[in-house]
Amino acid sequence: MYDVQKIRKDFPILSRKVYDKPLVYLDNAATTQKPRQVIQALVDYYEGYNANVHRGVHALSQEATERYEEARGKVARFIGAESPDEIIWTRNASESLNLVAYTWAQENIREGDEIVVTPYEHHSNLVPWQKVARDKGASLRILPMREEDNSLDMERVDEFITPRTKLLAVVHMSNGIGIINPVEELARRARAVGATVLIDATQSAPHLPVDVQGLDCDFLTLSGHKMLGPTGIGALYGRREILERMEPFLRGGEMVLEVWYDRATWNDLPMKFEAGTPNIADAIGFGAAIDYLEAVGMENVRDHEIALTAHALEAFKELEEEIDVFGPRDPERRGAIISFHSDIVHPHDLGTFLDRDGIAVRTGHHCTMPLMRELGVIATARASCYLYNTEEEIDALVDSVKRALRYFSDGAG
Amino acid sequence: MALGNLDEIYRDDVILDHRRNPRNAARLKDADIAADGVNPFCGDEIHLQMRLDDGGRVAEVGFQGEGCSINQATGSMLSEAIKGLTLPQVEALSAKFHEMMQGPEPPDEMLTALGDLGSLSKVRDFPVRIKCALLAWSTLEDGVAAGRG
Ligand SMILES: Cc1ncc(COP(=O)(O)O)c(C=O)c1O
Repeated sequence: MYDVQKIRKDFPILSRKVYDKPLVYLDNAATTQKPRQVIQALVDYYEGYNANVHRGVHALSQEATERYEEARGKVARFIGAESPDEIIWTRNASESLNLVAYTWAQENIREGDEIVVTPYEHHSNLVPWQKVARDKGASLRILPMREEDNSLDMERVDEFITPRTKLLAVVHMSNGIGIINPVEELARRARAVGATVLIDATQSAPHLPVDVQGLDCDFLTLSGHKMLGPTGIGALYGRREILERMEPFLRGGEMVLEVWYDRATWNDLPMKFEAGTPNIADAIGFGAAIDYLEAVGMENVRDHEIALTAHALEAFKELEEEIDVFGPRDPERRGAIISFHSDIVHPHDLGTFLDRDGIAVRTGHHCTMPLMRELGVIATARASCYLYNTEEEIDALVDSVKRALRYFSDGAG
Repeated sequence: MALGNLDEIYRDDVILDHRRNPRNAARLKDADIAADGVNPFCGDEIHLQMRLDDGGRVAEVGFQGEGCSINQATGSMLSEAIKGLTLPQVEALSAKFHEMMQGPEPPDEMLTALGDLGSLSKVRDFPVRIKCALLAWSTLEDGVAAGRG
């Protein structure tokens, strides 16, 4: 049985108050809260075995190296990678995406090639490709969206994924409106034309089982802080054959094998891509976050969030006249991210109102400005749930939104 | 942090009035100075146009925008406040406004001197919203700087 109250007890911050009201934290798409187990892993490292990795012969360094590499193994297993060597530590998903843009794409994208993305991309999976396209004389193609439910128009995919497609770079779960894209199908079509496939799983991997073999992708990105881990640590999965052929990204210590005055040779994977002292503590913390998620079970997390989504969509139905909720109605086709807009009140004014009720939501464009343009809005209010959120919290949100609509409906908003 | 009551900014008569009846909303054609601003954090937009008279004073203003009530009300107030001012005076007013929003607790005389704009000092109690009141001013400053060439 999924015991959400038991889970909540592991998250110290969830018992705090905001303006004397219980915190209702619904901004998980921006960053998630951390369980005691993750916080403790950081403390244990700094108090117990803080040392640099891969360098010392002494006990602390060995212990640190072991734990740090163990964390890499946990990430690899979590997403079904064949080997921990296919996991490169980065600062966050944005750095993972830039790593591919500055190395693989610079070496492989040529004039006339096409890079295919979706309208849902986070700026981090769009802006780096804009530069690649400009540098190389390649072009960006944007898959079309259906107006009815803001989902991809899969019937027109063949117009966009063609023999000219060199890279498919798509977001799995949209942080802007929560939709889950049919990435397996898109990857299959891209493979059929010989394209490389990158999946931005930053928002999906925290919330549902993700398997790089099933997705058949070449690259996949993660951000630790979006999945109960610390900030400052992310990962890039890359298929071994591809990583081995790629040039390094940053150069310096750790990533080299042998160095002469005029040249150097590269270390093996994954260190070839990891110059300098890494973020040891947070990598270990990320590993602890994965332990936590695996103990709960990703299928269970997903089921819990489907139930929350169904509950939220049902509750918002009552406000249909005043509020547009974006994305499909079917909870199976989306994550527990409810992005909505009302002509009665601007999202920021609504966000301020909710904040005073202790409810944390995000308002704005969610780093998806092109998507907002497609939807015909400048900003939305976004409530995003995680494994510790409850139906009561959704009810508190909806109740507060209702009161806000009354408060602003005299035109004050 | 002082906890602002929502009514302070959403039920204030002056702010409400500007929000409901934005001044100078028509887009100015043949403007001497035009500037567009976007708040990168939230996507809110401000568009300003100014026509100067022979003495270099702001004769006409156009203001349009997409955004929250604070953003919109500020734009409207600004469009009234800068009429008749020279560009250096516009810049001085902008500095004064920034001081009111971000400097030490503003004295009453300052608020009175700023007229309608003074009512926006209440946004100080909502620190994350201060940037909503500053967008119109930074857009204005960009326009003035560009206009000077
Ligand atoms: C889908 C998606 N991709 C990429 C990112 C970027 O993640 P980070 O800010 O951790 O680099 C985010 C963060 O919001 C995201 O939601």
